[in-house]
Amino acid sequence: MGGMAYTSIEAEQLTTAEYYGKALHDLGEKHADVIALTADLAKSTKIAPFVKAFPERLINVGIAEQNMFGIAAGLAKNGFVPYASTFSIFAAARSLDQIHTDICYQNVPVKILASHAGTSFGQAGSTHHAIIDLAVARSLPNMTVMCPADGAEAYKLVLASYDIPGPVYIRINRGFDAVVYGGGPDSVNFVWDKADELKKGRDATFIGIGAGVYQALQAANMLEYDCDIHARVLNMHTLKPIDKEAIIRAIDETGCIVTVEDHVLQGGLGSAVAEVIAEYGRPCKFKMLGHDNSFSTIGLQEDLLTIAGIDANGVAAAAADLLGVKLGGRDNWEDEY
Amino acid sequence: MPANYGPFDKAEWLRLEKKADELRRLTLQTAIWGGSGHIGGAMSCMDILTVLYYRIMKLDPKNPEYEDRDRFVLSKGHAAVGYAPVLVDYGYMPVEELKIFNLTGAKIGMHLDSNKVKGVDFSTGSLGHGISLGVGAALAARFRNKDYMTFVLCGDGEMNEGSNWEGIMSAAQFKLSNLVIMVDNNKCMIDGRVADEMNIEPLDRKFNAFNCNTYRVDGHNLSEINEALEAAIEYRNKGGDKPTAIVFDTFKGEGVDFMKDNYLWHYGSLDDEKAAKAFASLDAYYKERCERAEKEGK
Repeated sequence: MGGMAYTSIEAEQLTTAEYYGKALHDLGEKHADVIALTADLAKSTKIAPFVKAFPERLINVGIAEQNMFGIAAGLAKNGFVPYASTFSIFAAARSLDQIHTDICYQNVPVKILASHAGTSFGQAGSTHHAIIDLAVARSLPNMTVMCPADGAEAYKLVLASYDIPGPVYIRINRGFDAVVYGGGPDSVNFVWDKADELKKGRDATFIGIGAGVYQALQAANMLEYDCDIHARVLNMHTLKPIDKEAIIRAIDETGCIVTVEDHVLQGGLGSAVAEVIAEYGRPCKFKMLGHDNSFSTIGLQEDLLTIAGIDANGVAAAAADLLGVKLGGRDNWEDEY
Repeated sequence: MPANYGPFDKAEWLRLEKKADELRRLTLQTAIWGGSGHIGGAMSCMDILTVLYYRIMKLDPKNPEYEDRDRFVLSKGHAAVGYAPVLVDYGYMPVEELKIFNLTGAKIGMHLDSNKVKGVDFSTGSLGHGISLGVGAALAARFRNKDYMTFVLCGDGEMNEGSNWEGIMSAAQFKLSNLVIMVDNNKCMIDGRVADEMNIEPLDRKFNAFNCNTYRVDGHNLSEINEALEAAIEYRNKGGDKPTAIVFDTFKGEGVDFMKDNYLWHYGSLDDEKAAKAFASLDAYYKERCERAEKEGK
């Protein structure tokens, strides 16, 4: 079960990457200018449907990510829309110079599919975790940065990426994501530059990205049951440009924000939200949850999230602390005797 | 100017000598206007640029975006002080742009921006990127059934970057005979001579080992440069299935006696006295070059 999360029990039939593969296939069918590139990870990034349908439009460069992004830029400068897939860490770290100069500086429509994000390739250890990539991608001029909460949303998001001008960094997890959109892609209300409000609430706002969204949603349900606290939950699938209006509404209407991300605290979702709060200038209780200046140990992603305090319990505890309430009030142990 | 594959006779050779001379002078002048520049590496590749732009490449001076044009990637992007004069002379922009080279707010400077400078197919500057960009452009030609060629010009010191070899490997794997990888082998880098600092020779044998159709010629002999480039195109036209690599043996600062083969002229500036000496040196150099063309041309 290596790499399979406990959430696979209630997961979709397709992994998040398989949804990406499906979306890439559908884009390829619709647009002749879509080219798929991979660096010996066609299998891992699940682009088989595209490869089977359009074998002549696949470029596999072998284990050479820098070359892949350079070639993608060369294609994009000549009228193509390349989708280049690799693990997030090899995109954002190893190939950063090519992404910075060949893709972002030239402002060409290369779509970067960065898989195995955060700690989702948990057992592979920190060489294969990507907990710095959102900060890197967000800092690049011209880059749009997106990260779906689950497979169904990944499908919608990848389809949308074709029409977003310029480069797009799409960050997805390995394996199955816990299901946020239970009705499949049709149930996803996706507007690419607007946060998706998954749960209404006036007492606090939980803003999640990627794996953080499901944890935020679970925490909101826990708080509602436990202490009658109603937290709003926002899925910030697009980190850049960030939906400032949704954050400002959260400040004005709830006065308390917790951010949740499988990423370091330095430069990711929490930082982006903090920038909006600080510039807006109105008081707002605020807590950022993520990896705090530390590499993760190895293990299953859900365990690693728990260790780092990024799971539902961590979110609920942070919110309770900010709001000055005590958790566990509704625990009833009578039937245990 | 459409590609000119007329005979490379004496008149053609002398025509190109004149152009190379004009461009060397405009390069020095640009470095003077800009205050300084990468003069050494611009002078070493000037003869290659001259043959490419004024004989070999299919281009339209009136339309830099002409879809079927040959593509060019200046992977050694710092040679912009020599490349920008070519683009100006070609008619892509007025000479006024050179007069503010490197100055605040100028469109053109040390490394050229493809979104700002007409005729520049790719923004370059960070070394080790050009071959991959060229592979992308060559693949685009194949996907679109276009017969344009893509020419990439690298520096020899630049070949220290591992990413180049990823690009060369893939060009051979994808059988991109419509790609020509050129090295301006001037044997100098910023801190010293390439052979002393991080040797990349034997370059031609490395290219051969990477499955390229390889030539090695004198990069300051216009006839030899032309012969290698024409051979690359003919190789493609006759159904060759490898990328072509051409090692051009050159000298840093070629044309100016006190700069020639001196790594310290990677980047520099010219005061009035040095400028006068440099232009005088070019006078003598041009004379020698014409004499050779007269003697060896047919």
